[in-house]
Amino acid sequence: MAQVTLNSVRKVYPNGVEAVTSSSFKIEDGEFVVLVGPSGCGKSTLLRMIAGLEDITEGTLEIGDRVVNNVDPADRDIAMVFQNYALYPHMTVRKNIAYGLKNRKTPADEIERKVAEAAKMLNLEEYLERKPSQLSGGQRQRVAMGRAIVRDPALFLFDEPLSNLDAKLRNQMRIEIKALQRRLGVTSIYVTHDQVEAMTMADRIIVLNGGRIEQIGTPSEIYHNPASVFVASFMGAPPMNLIDATITGGQVTLADGVAMGALQTSAQGAVKLGIRPEDVQLVSEGGVSINVELIEELGAHRLLHGKLGGQPFTIHVLKDIPVDPGAHQISVDPAAICLFDAASGMRL
Amino acid sequence: MKRAGFSTKWMPIMLLMPQLVIIAIFFYWPAWHAIQSSFYLQDPFGFGSTFVGLENYTDLLGNSEYRRVALFTLVFTVLVTFFSLAIALLLAVKADNVLRGARTYRTLLMWVYAVAPPVAGFIGLIMFDQSWGPLTRLAGFFGWDFVLGVNFNDTAAAMVLVSVWKQIPVNFIFFLSGLQSIPRSVREAALIDNGSATGRFWDVTFPLLAPTGFFLLIINITYALFDTFGIVDTLVKGEPGNNPMTLVYKVYVDGFRGNDLGGSSAQSVILMVLVLALTVFQFRLIDRRIHYT
Amino acid sequence: MADQTHVQTPRRSINWGAIGDHTVLILGSLFMLVPLIMVVLTTTVPDVDIIKYGPQLKIGDQFDDNFEKAMFEASGFSGANTGMRMLFNSFVLGIGFALGKILIAMMAAYAIVYFRLRFATLAFWVIFTTLLLPLEVRILPSYEVVQQLGMLNTYQGLIIPLIASATATFFFRQFFRSVPEELVEAARIDGAGPVKFFIDILVPLSKTMIAAMFIIMFVFGWNQYLWPTMITTEEDMYTLVRGIKQITQTLEGTNVPEFGRANLLAVIAILPPVAVVIFFQSWFVKGLTESDK
Repeated sequence: MAQVTLNSVRKVYPNGVEAVTSSSFKIEDGEFVVLVGPSGCGKSTLLRMIAGLEDITEGTLEIGDRVVNNVDPADRDIAMVFQNYALYPHMTVRKNIAYGLKNRKTPADEIERKVAEAAKMLNLEEYLERKPSQLSGGQRQRVAMGRAIVRDPALFLFDEPLSNLDAKLRNQMRIEIKALQRRLGVTSIYVTHDQVEAMTMADRIIVLNGGRIEQIGTPSEIYHNPASVFVASFMGAPPMNLIDATITGGQVTLADGVAMGALQTSAQGAVKLGIRPEDVQLVSEGGVSINVELIEELGAHRLLHGKLGGQPFTIHVLKDIPVDPGAHQISVDPAAICLFDAASGMRL
Repeated sequence: MKRAGFSTKWMPIMLLMPQLVIIAIFFYWPAWHAIQSSFYLQDPFGFGSTFVGLENYTDLLGNSEYRRVALFTLVFTVLVTFFSLAIALLLAVKADNVLRGARTYRTLLMWVYAVAPPVAGFIGLIMFDQSWGPLTRLAGFFGWDFVLGVNFNDTAAAMVLVSVWKQIPVNFIFFLSGLQSIPRSVREAALIDNGSATGRFWDVTFPLLAPTGFFLLIINITYALFDTFGIVDTLVKGEPGNNPMTLVYKVYVDGFRGNDLGGSSAQSVILMVLVLALTVFQFRLIDRRIHYT
Repeated sequence: MADQTHVQTPRRSINWGAIGDHTVLILGSLFMLVPLIMVVLTTTVPDVDIIKYGPQLKIGDQFDDNFEKAMFEASGFSGANTGMRMLFNSFVLGIGFALGKILIAMMAAYAIVYFRLRFATLAFWVIFTTLLLPLEVRILPSYEVVQQLGMLNTYQGLIIPLIASATATFFFRQFFRSVPEELVEAARIDGAGPVKFFIDILVPLSKTMIAAMFIIMFVFGWNQYLWPTMITTEEDMYTLVRGIKQITQTLEGTNVPEFGRANLLAVIAILPPVAVVIFFQSWFVKGLTESDK
């Protein structure tokens, strides 16, 4: 069991590219933390530095109470699940799972017992003598998990482990991984570009962009109080509506002169308004006019797409409310509106 | 290099050592020696050598026999490359077409790959035997009085034929594998867009095979220049005389038999430059090959 | 119109295209095969018959006799170059060359691909340059080096200089680079060091590639001609392919040349590499077409 602490950890590649800018955070013992961001945001580099597969340019990394900057990956007491599973193709499932134990000179009977235990936990018992090529994607994923858990590591590292699976299997494995982590209580760091995985699995989310940490928080904090335009647009599907507006003395005016009403704020000048689609209500009168151009039917709810102040705007309505394309009136709870600085994109 | 390479210092050096030592002793040293001695005139009785600068080279280029051999090598290379590529391409396209017996044909058409060039030359000797060779008789039937080893053109023709025979399998294997790697969807799209099989071949298949073709072109030129040594040597029965020979064969004859080390080295260096040019050219093409696929 | 199309059911129509394809392929196969068949048949008829009639498409009864002469009788001065001896030497050269080359190449490629080595790029280019110059162009200085090292007429003198080229290193480098990055990472986390990773994971993964390389290198080594011709002057060191030259020379001058014996030796020189190529065809084709990409 271990907590992980990063102190001003930075990564610069030999070619001068700064993949991760100075980052600090602490992951508590038993916590499930998701690193999320678009491709190239540095999340994998960060994970690989924690794993010891990538050198740390500056700063210190502690796992437990130990600074591990110069410790070999094998000696960091970690286990990692890779995006393409990285199963050894010429070994049976049993040998794949046992390989790490064998290299650590674990007694044969203990290897036997641990493999059996892991296989049972992961429903892999019938497949132990098969080669990875004879398994389905989900089964391979489980073998990769098995390889990680037999080792009883202090820390699990997941590098986009579900991105090679189809959507249905992904949902199922998401739940399995989360449940397994709950049961084992092992500190876990999980990298993904999929905000749904981040929201559903994490105790805490770290959002990265361009090698920089944008925000650290619980899924709910991240969703409801995004720290920046980037976080607002990256997390949530459909994403938060972001529209340019001007505030003069508390009065909000959209780009094309439409008045949105008053807000309790000291902000002045050009801002971006962030409004979650589900925080918008259709009203019969007295609201702001919007022309709905397209309706996406999603069963439990509908998404109405239109333009507000000349900018794309999405509204989320429940299935019971009948809507047709055309002119509608909307109102927004002022408390649900996030204000961002127009220039820096940071929360006001 | 892999992202997460091992960082042990001494091990890679140990791993590389055997290869590097062998290369240093048996490649770089001899190659350097060849370049060096191409600037010297060797005493025929082995008593030292004199620095003569570029004289060996100017001698060569002024030598009409050397130019004759160079010209023959050029013609030989062009003929061997063209015929072995063309026949192999035809056979590969047909082998790719047929459904039944494709594997048998492949085996029958490729086994000659494993025949050593001098043995191919030996088979040529049997086929062209002066008194009873089947091909000599066949030529005689058409009124061609074929005399291997005496008539320059006849010997040259036999060299080309045997060299082509020996080289078809390699080209065939590469062309067939190139054809088989053309995606099914592309073939099907072509089938819908173009009704004529010949049209499809020239518009779709041939351009897609072009990278393989370029690559094979280099391979074949290299083959005709160097690997045909055994064929030439066997067909002339080790007696060059007035028979046609290639540049590589002349390096051997002048250096090993004639003891003209300086001249032979200068010839080697000229060949080195030639191969170097070919290889640079090939890498330009391989670069493009990556873009193609 | 409707009636006509109705009558012409596809089953009845003769597929002229397919017949054309098969015709071309059969002609091609015959072109490759007939010379060898003729040579094989000559080993079964009396030598006198060959002189009278040339190679015939008939099987005679002299095979046992010729086999006896070819394998156990020597033709040279020392009496050491029996067919058995040459066959043995050919196997030593073919297998020794293939194994040595694969071992050294895998080690070097492993060092280049899997280690953080400052001069990895330099080492790669030093090794890679050897692809540029075939042995044929540096044959004389190479001979001198072997002579100075006292390795003439030895197996190591025969084999090691041939290893000094990077074809296999290049091939394994390409293959290792295509092995998923994560495998070495997973192995490192699993506690495998460089030696363990190589033996436990990389070598088993490369099995097919090693087999393919072995076939290609075995054939290449077996078929060497120029180099053994220069390095081995003692008859008990002759390989079959090198012996071909002597075999052809014995056909000269005598009243009744021993065609049966000579041709049988040629066939035996062809047989092992051809058998390997045919039996392990798919590995061989894979190795050949992938090594040069």
